Amino acid sequence: MSWLPTVIKACYFIAALLFILGLKRMSSPRTARGGIVWAGYGMLLAVLATFFLPDMHNRGLIIAAVLIGVSAAWWSGKRVAMTAMPQMVALYNGMGGGAAAAIGAVELIGHVRHLALLQAGAATLAPLTPVELALGVLGALIGAVSFSGSLIAFAKLQGWLDRRFVFPAQRAVNLLLLAAAVLVGIALASGYASVPLIALFFALALLFGLMMTLPIGGADMPVVISLYNAFTGLAVALEGFVLGNEAMIIAGTVVGAAGTLLTQLMAKAMNRSIGNVLFGSFGAAAGEAQTIDGAQKPIDASDAAVMMAYAERVVIVPGYGMAVAQAQHKVWEFAQLLIKRGVKVKFAIHPVAGRMPGHMNVLLAEAGVPYDLIADMDEINPEFPATDVALVIGANDVVNPLARTDPASPIYGMPILDVSNAKHVIVVKRGKGTGFAGIENALFYADNARMLYGDGQAAAGQLVNELKTLDD
Amino acid sequence: MIDGFLALYIFMLAAFCGYEIIARVPVILHTPLMSGSNFIHGIVLVGAMIALGRAQTPFEMAIGFLGVLLGAGNAAGGYVVTERMLEMFKSSKPATGKESK
Repeated sequence: MSWLPTVIKACYFIAALLFILGLKRMSSPRTARGGIVWAGYGMLLAVLATFFLPDMHNRGLIIAAVLIGVSAAWWSGKRVAMTAMPQMVALYNGMGGGAAAAIGAVELIGHVRHLALLQAGAATLAPLTPVELALGVLGALIGAVSFSGSLIAFAKLQGWLDRRFVFPAQRAVNLLLLAAAVLVGIALASGYASVPLIALFFALALLFGLMMTLPIGGADMPVVISLYNAFTGLAVALEGFVLGNEAMIIAGTVVGAAGTLLTQLMAKAMNRSIGNVLFGSFGAAAGEAQTIDGAQKPIDASDAAVMMAYAERVVIVPGYGMAVAQAQHKVWEFAQLLIKRGVKVKFAIHPVAGRMPGHMNVLLAEAGVPYDLIADMDEINPEFPATDVALVIGANDVVNPLARTDPASPIYGMPILDVSNAKHVIVVKRGKGTGFAGIENALFYADNARMLYGDGQAAAGQLVNELKTLDD
Repeated sequence: MIDGFLALYIFMLAAFCGYEIIARVPVILHTPLMSGSNFIHGIVLVGAMIALGRAQTPFEMAIGFLGVLLGAGNAAGGYVVTERMLEMFKSSKPATGKESK
């Protein structure tokens, strides 16, 4: 059976290739669907090959765990609503981090047992080298932080933990926790490994992940999830080094690098540095905010519908509020009616609309909006001056002109959609309050802006009805 | 363990590869992509299987079992949600439509 290890290695090679090609295909909307399927075949191949590795024990246990894990995740993944996608990604990502930490734990405990056997002269195999130990410990640390951190992110986005958890000297405490975990990790890697010390190490690492994530507000969670995604990738790569598994090294590293870049892109779109997200606290801006003169001017649904029905160009700017109200289907129905009347309709999406960059695209895609009607910020901003009506539905901070004009505003410098340049702006909004970040919006007081108060779903429904009566 | 420097080369090249692939991705795909990369690190399942396969005491087996359980959840869950999201991306023009950015 000397050919078997070669076949298994070849399977890992093909799997790694499929992962990279799959990820590449996922980078264009036309081929994206095929991309995930390719990566899926890669995963299937790698998992099947692993069953046939020599010296594998506990095959029954492995099969049982795989079956339980796959069916539970499959079941939950099929049922989750599209609006809840960010927290599901956080949850699955945390599981990956936990798995990487578990690998590290098994390797470390096995190492301790192996050393004892060596001393008793009952084993001949060489123990893990210090480098392998160090990499394994580092991977376990990162994996454990990603595990507990992702679970907190999941709980926050799910609405189970809506309060931010802040106490004095929090940063110092967190830093101490991390330092303690690293010190214990160094001790483990430099030959002082024992089971109680291993337990202490994981307790510290898990606690650090918990404490690090608790003070971060819900609005910053996408950046955090993306960061933990990169963490898990790195942890997987490190454990791959210890196990000598090339597929893990390549897949983990690719995700680690891609995830880091994705995190940077997201933080940039929100005008926040990663350090600021992790250690700063939102809303603690210095200085007096500009006061806004004027009043919000209401409009009723029939006027709004008429305005758009006879417009030449309409740009719809959806925000997370639209998704929460489950209004995307009604909004698309409205847009289709406008298109039928010959109005040029586009959807404009801010990079951080929704709970994650691109989340809004998913929600619109779910409602059936074709992706070529969806424009991103750089594409649509020059078009606003030629736009007759900008319909803002459920978006707030991403259209706030204060981001350009008020240096004291917490969102100052954040790139925004320049809807105020359109001839008319109609804002669908639940009430007069401030948005998710608690910041007053100058757009609502602008001369060309009209407020259509109401729940997104109801307002969109009214607009559809008004348009239909126009057609009759 | 793979030869140290060879591993370092793999690490470097894979890191560049991941960076370059993502660098040219339109924003509209960021969420599915995060989810897709989340699925790809589900390869941790393979490592967890190897760890459980090597486990000898009941304690190691318990932790290994947990690892496989979590890894399988990562892989399967990541696949299902990514596939569901990407399935919905459609163009208004049929297949001949121009590539969107």
